[in-house]
Amino acid sequence: MTYTISSRQLDSKIPGGPLEDKWENHKFSIRLVNPNNKRKFKIIVVGTGLAGASAAATLGELGYNVEVFTFHDSPRRAHSIAAQGGINAAKNYHNDGDSVFRLFYDTIKGGDYRSREANVYRLADVSLNIIDQCTAQGVPFAREYGGYLDNRSFGGAQVSRTFYARGQTGQQLLLGAYQALLRQVAAGTVKLHRRTEMLDLVVKDGRAVGIVTRDLISGEIRSHSAHAVVLATGGYANVFFLSTNAMASNVTAAWRAHRRGAAFANPCFTQIHPTCIPQSDEFQSKLTLMSESLRNDGRIWVPKRADDNRPPDQIPEEDRDYYLERMYPAFGNLVPRDVASRAAKRMVDAGKGVGPLKNGVYLDFSHAIERLGIDVIADRYGNLFEMYERITDENPYKVPMRIYPAPHYTMGGLWVDYNLMTTIPGLYALGEANFSDHGANRLGASALMQGLADGYFILPYTIGDYLADFLGDPVVPTDDPAFREVEDEVRGRISGYLNTGGTRSVDWFHRELGKILWDHCGMSRNEEGLKKALAEIPALYEEFKRDVRVLGTNESLNQSLEKAGRVDDFFELAQLMCLDALHREESAGGHFREEYQTEEGEALRRDDLFAYVAAWEWTGNPQAPALIKEPLEFEYVTPSTRSYK
Amino acid sequence: MNITLQVWRQESADRPGRFVTYQVTDIEPDMSFLEMLDVLNERLIAQGEEPIAFDHDCREGICGSCGVMIDGLPHGPQLGTATCQLHMRKFRDGDTIVVEPWRAAAFPVIKDLVVDRSAFDKIIEAGGYISVDTGSAPDANLIPVPKEVADTAFDAAACIGCGACVAACPNGAANLFTAAKVAHLNLLPQGQAERWRRTEAMVETMEQYFGSCTNHGECEKACPKGISIDFIAMMNRDYAKAKVKNRRLLSQSN
Ligand SMILES: Cc1cc2nc3c(=O)[nH]c(=O)nc-3n(C[C@H](O)[C@H](O)[C@H](O)COP(=O)(O)OP(=O)(O)OC[C@H]3O[C@@H](n4cnc5c(N)ncnc54)[C@H](O)[C@@H]3O)c2cc1C
Ligand code: FES
Repeated sequence: MTYTISSRQLDSKIPGGPLEDKWENHKFSIRLVNPNNKRKFKIIVVGTGLAGASAAATLGELGYNVEVFTFHDSPRRAHSIAAQGGINAAKNYHNDGDSVFRLFYDTIKGGDYRSREANVYRLADVSLNIIDQCTAQGVPFAREYGGYLDNRSFGGAQVSRTFYARGQTGQQLLLGAYQALLRQVAAGTVKLHRRTEMLDLVVKDGRAVGIVTRDLISGEIRSHSAHAVVLATGGYANVFFLSTNAMASNVTAAWRAHRRGAAFANPCFTQIHPTCIPQSDEFQSKLTLMSESLRNDGRIWVPKRADDNRPPDQIPEEDRDYYLERMYPAFGNLVPRDVASRAAKRMVDAGKGVGPLKNGVYLDFSHAIERLGIDVIADRYGNLFEMYERITDENPYKVPMRIYPAPHYTMGGLWVDYNLMTTIPGLYALGEANFSDHGANRLGASALMQGLADGYFILPYTIGDYLADFLGDPVVPTDDPAFREVEDEVRGRISGYLNTGGTRSVDWFHRELGKILWDHCGMSRNEEGLKKALAEIPALYEEFKRDVRVLGTNESLNQSLEKAGRVDDFFELAQLMCLDALHREESAGGHFREEYQTEEGEALRRDDLFAYVAAWEWTGNPQAPALIKEPLEFEYVTPSTRSYK
Repeated sequence: MNITLQVWRQESADRPGRFVTYQVTDIEPDMSFLEMLDVLNERLIAQGEEPIAFDHDCREGICGSCGVMIDGLPHGPQLGTATCQLHMRKFRDGDTIVVEPWRAAAFPVIKDLVVDRSAFDKIIEAGGYISVDTGSAPDANLIPVPKEVADTAFDAAACIGCGACVAACPNGAANLFTAAKVAHLNLLPQGQAERWRRTEAMVETMEQYFGSCTNHGECEKACPKGISIDFIAMMNRDYAKAKVKNRRLLSQSN
């Protein structure tokens, strides 16, 4: 391991005062931009998922001059659209003892004490406003017969605080934000750039001053300048090749910002989701998530005996192991994701896997159907069951589903302070692209909450504090050498891919990279494997540079060319992930180091040594970054060993 | 499985296109249709031929990116299924399958199977929203919404904006798409304030870009989300009413 310790300090700008007053005090003490002056500020927002669309719409409503970018053909396509299960909010509409403090507490604990108390408290606090806002926009959340909002409980929570819209909560929330965004496009406050990919960030005099993009249809490379740049470009789980993320999700925007000076925090904190459809063959292009809400009524089991080849309906109760209920009686099938995922892995590794490839565990609804009737189950999960059947050709009303964990979400991301600003002044990161709030493990239904909190309710306030210094200053012109240099670099990168003239497709390299990472930096990790990965990845990367084949030209729609740039950046990120995982000699949340486990095989945190955020600085060598530690202090919640027994 | 594909290849909007025939051998029935195209593309790249461009992203039938005509049917033969969710087991060994982009005047081809659907965004811009600035919303439980209303609004809101309805329509009309959004918002209590304005603006914008609906009903069959054509009737009714309703009486029920 060759990393160095950076001499830099991080200021997380956490306001003083009692936890519950910090955000109010902060809002009062930071500077504002007068309504008439807002239009004089140009803000670039990259990404139109929940975080980007909500931010761009809100900034537009406030009167800022906004330009928003997406590589999709419409803002509505962002990966957020695929979220199924729901969104948390501490409304306590069901009078079951929920509160802002409880949501805060659950999130800190669920994240295995690797997130900031102040940020998480604020998140729990604004969760209330999100539901109000989305309902007012017409998001058709599920209702009870009395017309009031329905809730359900979701993985890891002992209260019902999850709002949902059938199994399509992300879709409905995104459409709400998209509609609000298009309302601003029509009003002229927001200019929308579709099929336009940000390929680099432009920094001048230490500040973010714009971006360089490629028009995916014409190939045109263009500079855009602004007073501030907001990245809401999503997570990087696709570094594993097979994940539940949409095919185009990638790390390029965040990674390019990292290379220009933005610290990247906790890259090894990745989440493996326990309920996905197991891989069926080599050609599989992505994995499909089956919403975690299924764990509310489905029971997870495997045969007690390894290599029991009987079909599930011929395995009698006494030969089944409902292992989560057995090992974690208090939470049962609802233990947090990391715990459920590792337990499934242990079963499959022990030869108890089910299905043709023995790579899954059962999720069984027969008891729930007996208890509640088929109609109730169909009402709750009908669309998920249909989706499952379409993919597997098996009917989950009759045969238990087969599930297995898959990469799903990334807690790591660009380091941000309390204002959501990265270490580059004027560059902000929102949503899954930043590292904040979820620590080492995210609770179900909390990503939608965080994306919308960042975009609707946090950034629109905090950005004013930065902009206030630049009132009257013009943006840096795009013919400035700072822009020209970056444009030239981008053009060089593109012609590099096109001119390599190798023999292997981009996908081939991506798949191979994914295998290395899944094997050594996936659900469980150890020193030897990580070191192996750190040797194998650079070798494969060299081969990529020498032997990748990208056909076609820059001057027309070229999907291989788009992918080449994304996979190139995944190669560098993958090395940082492994290095981060190697340096973190403890187990926390989604990061499970085999060397650090309790006698019962549970994660063993080492708070004395690792209660910090690992923020990495780019040094030019992906294998030798510089580490900055941001210590985590817990004033309101005492770190304890998570127990779900 | 072995299949023969006839795929529309077109370099760009301003170049003529043509069908090209490909033999795709050794396909697994459990592959999705798009995974089959991935395999073909890998083989094309190996042979030095540019891969076929097609839009896709979530591969779960929710983002609305994918969508091609398969043997003349939008999203292919399986009802209620987007192209990305269609599996090769729905075809037979030895089949010849014709694959084309959406054909509609409002959706010009960009390349191969990729079309430009931005006209849909124009319709939403015209009024497909409830005007509520961030921060101004009352408590969510202040306005109860009867479950039946919420459920029906949801049925309409389930539209994924893929464009299959337009591609299926002999006139290239976008009435199902527009009606789905109009119905979603017009059914909800929160959507009443802008009901007549919204309906007028959205319908008239739709007419600028798309053909006229003559009640063929092909759209409903093609819709991967099973959006009901009844919503079109609902939109037409609201459009007619919008022309005569006095906006000042909006807060009175009917
Ligand atoms: C299958 C699935 C189900 C989920 N279910 C839930 C759930 O039930 N509850 C929950 O809370 N969370 C859920 N999540 C997680 C949640 O959906 C995501 O974390 C969240 O939606 C991310 O939102 P985002 O706005 O940060 O990014 P995204 O939605 O990923 O949006 C990224 C945006 O950035 C744009 N972009 C990216 N890079 C560039 C670039 N270089 N140039 C231009 N544009 C760019 C993209 O076009 C897109 O518009 C789920 C995730 C998955 C995969
Ligand atoms: S790829 Fe998203 S709907 Fe088909």
